[in-house]
Amino acid sequence: MSGGPIEVVERDFGELALNMGPQHPSTHGVLRLILHLSGETVIKAIPVIGYLHRGVEKLSEHLAYDQLAPVYERDDYLAPTANSNAYVLAVEKLGGIAVPRRAQWLRAFVSEWQRVSSHLVWLGTLGLDLGGALGGGTTLYMYCFREREKILDFLEELTGTRYHTNYNLVGGARYDLDAAMVAKSNALAASVGAALPEFWSMSGGNPIFQERTRNVGVISKDLAMGVGVTGPTLRASGINYDVRKAAPYDAYGELPFEVITRTAGDAEARFQVRMDEIAVSLKLVRTIVEGLPTGPIFARKPLKNPKATKLPKGEVYAAVESPRGELGFHIVSDGSAKPYRLKINAPSFKNLQIVPHILPGGLVADVVAILGSLDPVLGDVDR
Amino acid sequence: MSAFFTGWLGAAVLSGIVIGVAMTCVAYMTWLERKFVARMQNRIGPYEVGYPHGWLQPMADVAKLLVKEDTTPRAADKLLFNLGPILVVVPALVGFAFLPVGRDLAIVDHPYSFLFFTAFASLTLLGVFAAGWSSNNKYALLSALRMVAMAASYEIPLILSLLIPALLTGSFQLTAVVEAQRGLWFIGYPVIGQLAFGIFLLCALAEGNKSPLDILDAESELVAAYNVEYSGIKFALFYAGEYAHTLAICGLAATVFFGGYLGPAFLPGFVWLILKCVVLFLIILWIRWSLMRMRIDQAIRIMWMFLLPASLVNLLLTAYWVVGR
Repeated sequence: MSGGPIEVVERDFGELALNMGPQHPSTHGVLRLILHLSGETVIKAIPVIGYLHRGVEKLSEHLAYDQLAPVYERDDYLAPTANSNAYVLAVEKLGGIAVPRRAQWLRAFVSEWQRVSSHLVWLGTLGLDLGGALGGGTTLYMYCFREREKILDFLEELTGTRYHTNYNLVGGARYDLDAAMVAKSNALAASVGAALPEFWSMSGGNPIFQERTRNVGVISKDLAMGVGVTGPTLRASGINYDVRKAAPYDAYGELPFEVITRTAGDAEARFQVRMDEIAVSLKLVRTIVEGLPTGPIFARKPLKNPKATKLPKGEVYAAVESPRGELGFHIVSDGSAKPYRLKINAPSFKNLQIVPHILPGGLVADVVAILGSLDPVLGDVDR
Repeated sequence: MSAFFTGWLGAAVLSGIVIGVAMTCVAYMTWLERKFVARMQNRIGPYEVGYPHGWLQPMADVAKLLVKEDTTPRAADKLLFNLGPILVVVPALVGFAFLPVGRDLAIVDHPYSFLFFTAFASLTLLGVFAAGWSSNNKYALLSALRMVAMAASYEIPLILSLLIPALLTGSFQLTAVVEAQRGLWFIGYPVIGQLAFGIFLLCALAEGNKSPLDILDAESELVAAYNVEYSGIKFALFYAGEYAHTLAICGLAATVFFGGYLGPAFLPGFVWLILKCVVLFLIILWIRWSLMRMRIDQAIRIMWMFLLPASLVNLLLTAYWVVGR
């Protein structure tokens, strides 16, 4: 488990094994870290996962294709749409099901709003990690949740659900966007965008925050490639890989947007990438509602029996760029109405594998800063 | 002081007054903090318990903590574990006895009351260490170790910055320190006054466990830090001790830098003292609820590399000025 770029110095006076989690305020859920400490310095870190394992992949083998999309929205519970989006893409790819163009744009629209909402939760919880629940962190957290609340209200108005929107259907999208909602979306984008400088001044613009994150948890380009981290964590190490650009799905092939990268690879770079991604996503939702094509949002015949959809025999992999990185679904079909085997390629799981490599050498205080900057969602890790 | 207040009975009555007033203040400081922070964060804060603006909330909190189960870990050092909360709360309260609330009006007007005050304010650290060490919990132990490292760093600039008012007065008597500020408060002395107060404020944040220097109470790293194993009344004592300590620090700052009970005559002296304490408390809250926490090595580096030389230079400047006066 050890290794990585930091030289581990052997010391005489023994080490303290600190069991951090699964119940701990800064492990973002039920992650357990066994930290071997020498004084305050971490010399070894072993992540233990599985406390939130819900057996979703096995459950998939017992439900029909059309029933499954909402199940996956419970995996990465900060960006539910990304999960179902990847799933329906995989099913559509295997089944050769056409998706109307308007539905593709609308999927991207909801995904981008949830990316903003997910990144706001990440920023707030990073504040909690760095500032504590009895300090400035809470204030940043509350500010972020104020803006996120508006996004959830908007999504509720659009889809009927605040959170697990269940927006993506196999073969389309569930709810259409009318002119009033377009106006609301634009107003919301303006309001969240106006709050970003405020967040910046409380986090990245603050010298204490910079000191806490700069040169902390540095992931070199090689280490990032070797371990296979993904998403903003990968892009902060200077690798320009975004599924939306590398293998465009839905409307992303037609949408102009910029992939944010940084080269430093430290916690601050990861912070900056995500902060800039919020702005990019806010620009994207404006672009989407401007160029939204007309037409139907669901082209298939209405399903009388949801258990009737059968996929041809074969294997398929489809991925989306979730707020945490490449989220893919691998489905093996035996020709029946249920998956024979389904595997979720979860970004948080991959990102968490970097932990034993970058925690040693840092202090206990760096552990929470690094974990916060990786943005793991334990529902996504354990599935 | 009349003869009554010198006997045992008088001492008991006076202690009762000090403890009663201080504890009530502490209870309502928690309420004030919650309301103030709620305003900062677009929230309302306590509202339901007690008609205007949840004014009974502190009482509800105290009642809740009193009836909670009081647990002691089996592997804890019982004597130290039980002594910890007492060692935190008692010295913080003793300090108030030295605080002058009017001209020649302090419960203990000792020639060295300034020194006693700072000494008692620092004694709370013993309780913190006792709690952290005796809990037999790794988080509590780490917190206690951090406390030792931090205390060694901030106590020196803290004491050096507090020497400035004493030096300007030429006395360690708090009532004399206040009287010396008639005309100009010590905060108003160019450079030396502001520098001393700035250093004092930073060290007070560290001593009072307030963000950005709440290193030993870092709950996102060490969960509940040194009081992780405490519950019920003992936890309440830690909580009260922390706020009593903050109040003592505010009272000290108001007394030695902001003229204590001095102020225009339309209000009595003790009201001025309370107003100054409240303003200082709100400033501390403002800092606390705006900034992220520093890492322990960064905090210690600031103490030794910046605050210590600055306070030494400040002391020299003041001494030069006092001698030349």
